[in-house]
Amino acid sequence: MVIFENVSKVYPDGTIAVKDLNLKVKKGELIVLIGSSGCGKTTTLKMVNRLEECTSGKIYVDGEDISTVDPVELRRGIGYVIQDIGLMPHMTVGENIAIVPQLLNWNKKKIAMRTGELLEMAGLPAGKYKHRLPKQMSGGQKQRIGVLRALAAEPDVVLMDEPFGALDPISRDNLQNELMDLQKKLKKTIIFVTHDIDEALKLADRIVIMRHGNVEQIGTPDEIKNQPINKFVKTFIGENRLSEITTDTSIEVLVEEPFVKVTPDVTASYVLEKLLDIGRESAQVVDEDENWLGMVLMTDIKKVSSEINIKELLRLKRRLYIEEATLEDAADILSEDDLPIPVINHDNKFMGVVTDNGMARLTISSLKRKQVG
Amino acid sequence: MSGNKSFFSLLFNYCIDQHSRIISLTLEHLYISLVALLITLVICIPLGIYITRNEKLKPYVIGMANIFQTIPSLALLGFLIFILGIGNKNAIAVLVMFAMLPVIQNTYIGIKNVTPSLVQAAKGMGMTDRQILFKVELPLALPVIIGGIRVASVWIIGTASLAAAIGGGGLGRLIFSGLSSLRNEVIFAGAFPATLLALLSDQGFKLLQAYLTPERRAKRVLKKANRVEGTEKTESKKILEKMGEI
Repeated sequence: MVIFENVSKVYPDGTIAVKDLNLKVKKGELIVLIGSSGCGKTTTLKMVNRLEECTSGKIYVDGEDISTVDPVELRRGIGYVIQDIGLMPHMTVGENIAIVPQLLNWNKKKIAMRTGELLEMAGLPAGKYKHRLPKQMSGGQKQRIGVLRALAAEPDVVLMDEPFGALDPISRDNLQNELMDLQKKLKKTIIFVTHDIDEALKLADRIVIMRHGNVEQIGTPDEIKNQPINKFVKTFIGENRLSEITTDTSIEVLVEEPFVKVTPDVTASYVLEKLLDIGRESAQVVDEDENWLGMVLMTDIKKVSSEINIKELLRLKRRLYIEEATLEDAADILSEDDLPIPVINHDNKFMGVVTDNGMARLTISSLKRKQVG
Repeated sequence: MSGNKSFFSLLFNYCIDQHSRIISLTLEHLYISLVALLITLVICIPLGIYITRNEKLKPYVIGMANIFQTIPSLALLGFLIFILGIGNKNAIAVLVMFAMLPVIQNTYIGIKNVTPSLVQAAKGMGMTDRQILFKVELPLALPVIIGGIRVASVWIIGTASLAAAIGGGGLGRLIFSGLSSLRNEVIFAGAFPATLLALLSDQGFKLLQAYLTPERRAKRVLKKANRVEGTEKTESKKILEKMGEI
């Protein structure tokens, strides 16, 4: 059980990271802190194991005021999973899992038994994986081990800081499911930080939506979905916008910043260098007043001498108007050629690009929404 | 020089006549170098660690080591005669000052290069600062630190020959006496073992560096585990083979 009582965190420069937080995390509850970056969710999490100290208020873990506990002892009693996984590259998988038990001076036999038990639980046979190095494991396996390590010393409270943030969608989905199964069995008190609302809706018993250090709403996923308390929460959860997408939806939802945007006064060699640098095939040419002048392709640039001005290479035919183009139009163009499509308005102002990548992401997340909803 | 053949026969004769002297001077050379290296490590590794904790001091410490390294060692020997007199003590002091830079710098860089999230994870799991240093930072920095020691050892062995210039011992004696008496075979009898020592030390530390990589260590852990448990041999063998491939 974790209780926040009027907890605030103000940095020496005056920035308020968390303001007057009151929250009671019940025993065995999985609570998700969510919000955009800088909303104070990670700070809130780190105050629980005193990686950050609160400037006022009190935090209780299992009834004990943590400011009276030695931070090192406190941390050994709380599981901690970080986004970058943080497995020690010089230790084997088994040794990584055994870190906290070792700090707590468990005897060797007990540690070995516990390590084996945990690995089996995660479907990683100990005989096979215990003596491997982290770098010989896949991303998903590494993150599993990160979670096992946090559970090793059987803490009641576990803190998870965007644990699945760096994973691909499929491993991420698998790990979320595994975490849910695990939680059904173990009933830990978990504080979980994420910025992904889908993840929050899927995993949480209760969700805490934060903004600028304040709590906007606390509620179960259903409460949050059905009774968003204000406009911010509404936009944050997306109002199921994504599940209503059809082929006739405007391309507005897909427009993103281009990877390479240049002004018309540069040379071909400059653009080529830029493209090679970040591994892209095309660039958008836009003047200072945001008027779209055309796009240039790497294949064209390679054909000409390097000092030529890129104005001579502009391609104008490939474009979409934001006022009328639909997702179907975009899909048509992309199926012929997967280069980004520039999007402009009727005044020839540049709005951004539509990419095959964006299209794929949108498809996946709208399919997922349909499944959940 | 009077013909190759006679040079080699002169050298051969000299080595036969003076073999006990060459051996004892080589040992003395090794002794001076070892003492200098040990003192360097005892001073510089803690100093390197210290400046990772007190960044403000870093430019002063590195700057000082840099100056020591830049002053010509022969001139430094001259300066120190006023303080330490002549002999090996003075020579060792100069060698230490001369070799400080790579050890301090590599210790600092090695620790600084440890991914911050690992330190954060270690702290979050409840390691004390000391435990973070010894269980996370130093093991990860070790290959880099050994690299610094490797450079320092070669510098020390090479420069140790100068000890003879101020009345110290070592292979420099042969080199200097060969120079003053214009006997190439004597110079060579001193220079060759000195070169060999430097090369051997370089290779030795190179092997040590490789021995201490996480991969090699994991293999050792695995082997040990197999000896203890004596089970699942085939499985572990597979892993070992896989590690070999990587």
